[in-house]
Amino acid sequence: MRASENAKCGPAEAGLHPNERDGDVKIGSPREVFPGESRVAMTPDSAKQLQKLGYDCVIESGAGIAAGFSDALYAEAGVEVVNSAEELFASSDIIAKVRPPEESEIGLLSADKTLISFFYPASNEPLMEAAKQKGASVIAMDMVPRISRAQKMDALSSMANIAGYRAVIEAGNNFGRFFTGQVTAAGKVPPAKVLVVGAGVAGLAAIGTSTSLGAITYAFDVRPEVAEQIESMGAEFVYLEFDEEQTDGAATGGYAAPSSPEFREAQLAKFRELAPEVDIVITTALIPNRDAPVLWTKDMVEMMKPGSVIVDLAAERGGNCELTVKDEKIVTENGVTIVGYTDFPSRMAAQSSTLYATNIRHMMTDLTPEKDGKVNHNMEDDVIRGATITHEGAITFPPPPPKIQAIAAAKPKEPVKELTREEKLAIEREEFRKQTRSQAILIGVSAALLLLVGAYAPASFMQHFIVFVLAVFVGFQVIWNVAHSLHTPLMAVTNAISSIIIVGALMQIGSGSFLVILLASLSVFMAGINIFGGFLVTRRMLAMFQKS
Amino acid sequence: MEGFTTAAYIVAAVLFILSLGGLSGQESAKRAVWYGIVGMALAVFATLIGPGSGLWLLSLVLIAGGGAIGVVVAKRVQMTEMPQLVAAMHSLVGLAAVFVGFNAHFELGRVLKLDEAARHDLDGFAAALVRKLESVDAVALINILKVELFLGIFIGAITFTGSVIAFGKLAGSIDGKPKQLPGGHLLNAAAAIISLVCLVWYFNTGGFFPLFLMTLAALFIGYHLIMGIGGADMPVVVSMLNSYSGWAAAAIGFSLGNDLLIVTGALVGSSGAILSYIMCKAMNRHFVSVILGGFGGSGEPAMEVTGEQIAIDADGVASALEDADSVVIIPGYGLAVAQAQQSVAELTRRLRAKGKEVRFAIHPVAGRLPGHMNVLLAEAKVPYDIVLEMDEINEDFPETDVSIVIGSNDIVNPAAQDDPNSPIAGMPVLEVWKSKVVFVSKRGQGTGYSGIENPLFYKDNTRMFFGDAKKSLDDLLTRIN
Repeated sequence: MRASENAKCGPAEAGLHPNERDGDVKIGSPREVFPGESRVAMTPDSAKQLQKLGYDCVIESGAGIAAGFSDALYAEAGVEVVNSAEELFASSDIIAKVRPPEESEIGLLSADKTLISFFYPASNEPLMEAAKQKGASVIAMDMVPRISRAQKMDALSSMANIAGYRAVIEAGNNFGRFFTGQVTAAGKVPPAKVLVVGAGVAGLAAIGTSTSLGAITYAFDVRPEVAEQIESMGAEFVYLEFDEEQTDGAATGGYAAPSSPEFREAQLAKFRELAPEVDIVITTALIPNRDAPVLWTKDMVEMMKPGSVIVDLAAERGGNCELTVKDEKIVTENGVTIVGYTDFPSRMAAQSSTLYATNIRHMMTDLTPEKDGKVNHNMEDDVIRGATITHEGAITFPPPPPKIQAIAAAKPKEPVKELTREEKLAIEREEFRKQTRSQAILIGVSAALLLLVGAYAPASFMQHFIVFVLAVFVGFQVIWNVAHSLHTPLMAVTNAISSIIIVGALMQIGSGSFLVILLASLSVFMAGINIFGGFLVTRRMLAMFQKS
Repeated sequence: MEGFTTAAYIVAAVLFILSLGGLSGQESAKRAVWYGIVGMALAVFATLIGPGSGLWLLSLVLIAGGGAIGVVVAKRVQMTEMPQLVAAMHSLVGLAAVFVGFNAHFELGRVLKLDEAARHDLDGFAAALVRKLESVDAVALINILKVELFLGIFIGAITFTGSVIAFGKLAGSIDGKPKQLPGGHLLNAAAAIISLVCLVWYFNTGGFFPLFLMTLAALFIGYHLIMGIGGADMPVVVSMLNSYSGWAAAAIGFSLGNDLLIVTGALVGSSGAILSYIMCKAMNRHFVSVILGGFGGSGEPAMEVTGEQIAIDADGVASALEDADSVVIIPGYGLAVAQAQQSVAELTRRLRAKGKEVRFAIHPVAGRLPGHMNVLLAEAKVPYDIVLEMDEINEDFPETDVSIVIGSNDIVNPAAQDDPNSPIAGMPVLEVWKSKVVFVSKRGQGTGYSGIENPLFYKDNTRMFFGDAKKSLDDLLTRIN
């Protein structure tokens, strides 16, 4: 109970006007300097939420323009708008941005500042070193561990989701036909066939988008445990006939692991089989800290129909398709378009900024457990520890493995055997026979018992006994039909009518003996309570049952 | 006059059957309860004016006095207290059965002492005894009578103490945990054997002492048996006692030679038996194992639960509810304890006003009395057509956006399906984890009554909404308009 009270008092107290909190900790977002980057790490909405946590918000003028958020919108949300990045870095204690910082930006950091952004520390070591030299704390949004509690700040997933959606839209843009099949007056249009390779967050988003546009969607992944997710999104899982014990995704934090050469061969053979049929291929296969595996080879591209489209979401890491050119759209000699853009999220800046800003806001919520506008950089916390790469002048990357496993290991499932019609019938017949047998036995035994009693007991007893047996039988038939929702009224009413014992007491109350009269009187009295109480309370209950 | 009484009894019996049969639907039930009332009035009236009943003024006064108490209790009782009330009323029937049984014994002794002439002046129950004595197989009839009244007292006594203990446990005045005297079920067995010996003894001598000794033994069995059963098994216990009170009445009916008592007792007895059966089936346990206490299980360690419980505050729940189209609420005993039925009904009304589909899923053993949740929700004016049984709603969970579990635990435990070593393996459960998001309103992190770890709380799509159910819901209501 106490926990909920604590949680409750937080937001209520934090509703002060921003101006009354000068000297508070400030969170600022600069304009992204990377060419072509349209996203922004703070939106007017997220700023309002951050202010509820007790922070002041600052934004560089024009930072949100490309994502559709004007300076005026920010100002309306109580955000201070400053004119230059220098000013912003100087006034903010926490800097939230999207892309990894440029060297110029690192130069503006100092020991008391915290930077939150994508960082990719494994491939950006010099940058990390520079941040350490400055003494600033850096939280890398791409290092948030994949545990359920941290899903709300998993920016990689947010961005992958957008990339998956945008990949289908981009493919549709370059594809000359409908996705969905149609029968029009001018003739029949077949539906497009889409193959999604890799069913991570991006792949699943692509599957969802593609099926909702009406395309026939196939999906492939090396992790057999995602088959269920794929099928739940409405796509068909492409099964490989392969007997190798496959790596369990759970062991690698939910990501795919490299597969054996034999498995790869089987996989490519399957793709070759599919290549002439599919119209659109969306590849999303990535293995952590490695180049993207080549899954769609040159000969497969050549097998595809003219007008087909390949969108390669792995272009950043070299591409899943052999012919992909990073950041470009090319058309092959046989008319297949290959899209190798790497900035899908930035192409939907309004959406991706909103989601990214929310991820940042959740990160700040976790950093501010007291909701008092003060950062508690708790290195004991799995999520915060995992995402922090430099802290108090030291490099804290790579983090120790999290205490909690990302996802529970999937149990190998025994395939349920499909029963044929004959087998089903046989089972039903067997069950029917069993029921008949048990009923016959029951009836036989009861009849024998009855006969046995009848053979010894006098006739007047048997008369009562027959009444009793029939009453039990009627009772069973009647009670089975009582609605489950009326079981409580049933108990109350049976209670009332079991007070019929009053009849017995009334017959005895006229007796001569004082003791008998006393006991009978008590019985009558108690039964009286029960009769009135039982019926009344039943009526009270039944009157409550109302139809909508 | 005797013919009239018999006819009245037949009518009353038919009315009782109709009264129970009418409970098959909410609307017909409202009419059916009147059948029961008329039947009872007719039976009492016919007995009062019938042959052999004396002191009818005293009888009427007693009925009126008892009735006044009954009316007050029925008007005042809270719906959350229904299980206690039902248990208390069972105890009265049990005790009345014991008294009537004793009386039958005393009357038998008195009649046997009288001479031929005096016997003919008797009326009422004594006259019925005389008829038995004068029939051709008088010895057999008297012997049967002894067994019948013995059985009536035995069952009545068990019902009495059992119901008193059940009342105490349900009302919270006795600790709900299973407790037994050293010796456990051996003591019960010993008491049962004593009763059996007393039966033989009484059968042969007809003295009062064996009857009295048996009564003590039966009172002990009722006390000790129910003390050994835990709080969550109370639905089974209460319906079992319901059944016993019926059988006691039937046994007394036999000894008095009264068919109305026999019929009514048999109806009530079979009703309680069916309820017990349904409850046991819903827990996938045998009746015997429930009554003897303790959980079954294979003895192997249960599957380990990995992961963590993720808490959420009222804001988060409110925003998820805003986005949801279909909501299913799964109430349990915690709802009754927190008296949160009005809050949950208000939440339902507001969500329905926004055009969302809100339904309730009721597990057969939710609460402490069969159908308890339905009554609580009805009291809070939740329309009964959105309150569904487990079988009606279980298939709909995959299409449900938000499930809210309020104060229930074992009935939504996925281990019942996933873990063959779990003590509740095989118990039918509500498959809430298949819905998109599950919110669990719960007082703290502990396990439920059964002490079984619930993997539901650790699932990825589960969020724990800690706190007292009523407080949490009221908090939520301030955020939903």
